[in-house]
Amino acid sequence: MTTDSSPPQLNADAFTLRRRPPSEKLVDTGFRQLSLALASVVAVVLLGIFLVVFTGAREAIATFGLSFITTSAWDPVNESYGAFVAIYGTLVTSLLSLLIAVPLGVGTAILITEDVLPKLVRDATGLMVELLAAIPSVVLGLWAIFVMEPTIRPALDLLHSLLGWTPLFNTIPKGPGMAPAILILVVMILPIITAISRDALNQVPEELRQGAYGVGTTRWGAIFSVILPAAVSAITGGVMLALGRAMGETMAVTMIIGNSNNFSTSLLAPGNTIASMLANQFGEADGIQVSALMYAALILMVLTLVVNIFAKWIVRRLSLRY
Amino acid sequence: MTTTTPFQPGSALFDRRPLTFDPTLKRNRLNRLLTSIAALFAAIAVLPLFLVILYVLVQGGRLMSLSLFTQLPPPPGLEGGGIGNAVLGTIIVTLVASAISIPIGVGGGVYLTEYSNRGWFSQFISVGNDILAGVPSIISGVFVYGVIVSTRVFFGQSYSAAAGGIALAVLMLPTVIKTTDEGLKLVPQELRWGAYGVGASKFVTVMRITLPAAFTPIATGVVLAIARAAGETAPLIFTALFSPFWPEGVFNPIATMSVLIFNFAIMPYEAQNELAWAASFVLVMMILAANLLARWISSFSRT
Repeated sequence: MTTDSSPPQLNADAFTLRRRPPSEKLVDTGFRQLSLALASVVAVVLLGIFLVVFTGAREAIATFGLSFITTSAWDPVNESYGAFVAIYGTLVTSLLSLLIAVPLGVGTAILITEDVLPKLVRDATGLMVELLAAIPSVVLGLWAIFVMEPTIRPALDLLHSLLGWTPLFNTIPKGPGMAPAILILVVMILPIITAISRDALNQVPEELRQGAYGVGTTRWGAIFSVILPAAVSAITGGVMLALGRAMGETMAVTMIIGNSNNFSTSLLAPGNTIASMLANQFGEADGIQVSALMYAALILMVLTLVVNIFAKWIVRRLSLRY
Repeated sequence: MTTTTPFQPGSALFDRRPLTFDPTLKRNRLNRLLTSIAALFAAIAVLPLFLVILYVLVQGGRLMSLSLFTQLPPPPGLEGGGIGNAVLGTIIVTLVASAISIPIGVGGGVYLTEYSNRGWFSQFISVGNDILAGVPSIISGVFVYGVIVSTRVFFGQSYSAAAGGIALAVLMLPTVIKTTDEGLKLVPQELRWGAYGVGASKFVTVMRITLPAAFTPIATGVVLAIARAAGETAPLIFTALFSPFWPEGVFNPIATMSVLIFNFAIMPYEAQNELAWAASFVLVMMILAANLLARWISSFSRT
């Protein structure tokens, strides 16, 4: 640039210092405050839910105390309420459905992530499991009432005739009951377990797999001793999330569980869950029944909250450093 | 190294095995067995989807007709009729829910990514958002019942479409915030710096640069959230309730397809059961279409 002896004359007027007008500053801070307020809505709603359910339940808590959890009376005439049957049903249906869904879901996730089948087939399987998650639970409930329950009835009858002497199967299956509810819950939580397990398995570094093959193991040797242990924290977290979902799942279970408040150890008998009790009775309840239902809702919230927090803790605690 | 004897091929320490694949080996048989079990599990996992879709297509599809969308459901015991009010009701309630949850959710997500310093408050909001996502859907119905329905805040109306929409919005909110937050995090920091460099204010940067750049993931998440909300029943049973008539504004009880399916499935009348299947068909088609739309939108991000 030495040849250019005369530098272009700068026009001083072209470079005036532009100050931000007050209106622009106002918009800027206003938007910041607005977004802060919108983010706070989450906290407000969450605290509001706890507050509403807790204040609604206060009357029942004062009347029934902790014996609400252990008594099974649900008697609107004598205004005596206990949620034992519903709590028992919630825990039994969700835990047993988990027991069935975990092997199915993790097995499917392994098949999707391992290159056993052509990629097209694996992608199609993954897509179908995702679409299963999109089916509304009320549609699954309708299907359970009219298709699944009549179809599996012979199998349940067989279970009763073979294992009728055990307390688990000592009633005659008469349609809606705990067993069909457990099966429909399996259908509902399978996609969650599969999706989370698949993501967890995909995140296992390729080097671990290659290392396992390098020392001469087989595919399943690598899966059981290297890949699954490396992914176990995320899979367990996903399983806990699915447990939370299963406990709070309402519609499909309500439609197929039979909504009976008589306690029975049999899985073939009708039962109840907290969520289905709420769905059935909340609209028509009044007086202390509303409060008792709110109390049950509070118990359900605490249960799901504990499970969800436990899920987070497990993911943090169990994660391997590789 | 105690001995110096060289390695003897064929010695007892290293028994010689062929290097070719031998399918009769125990480990290989076990391998095949386990692979077959995994394949069986996967087949069982996708079986319900096929069966549900099949029955919904067959049972609901054969009832498809124009009158289904233009007529009201019949009184119990009578034949015919349609689900017109429920289709319209689902659209109205979902629109109310979207109108509430999308601005709040996107705004909250913008705060988390663009404004917060990841201090205790934003940590609190993030964790609270995860907890809210885990709250059972029926609880959000109980919440809205306690806040809106039983207090009659909307012009003395108890059950209303607006209450149902708010209950669904509570369910959509965590998803919208989460996808906005994650979508904005993917926007390269250089884009923001570039905008500040040419003199844009923070507001202009967010509105003109960051949000448009993150449009694809946000839109995908929002569409999925809407699809999920459209199929939700539990929060609507005692907020939006049901109505056998055409929608009468958002401050009156309203029919929705999901509640119609629930109510009609447990009725002992053939005509009602059939309408439940028809409503399932319409609902499942809408939701699958929304899911495919979301996939289509998200395919743009890979360009």
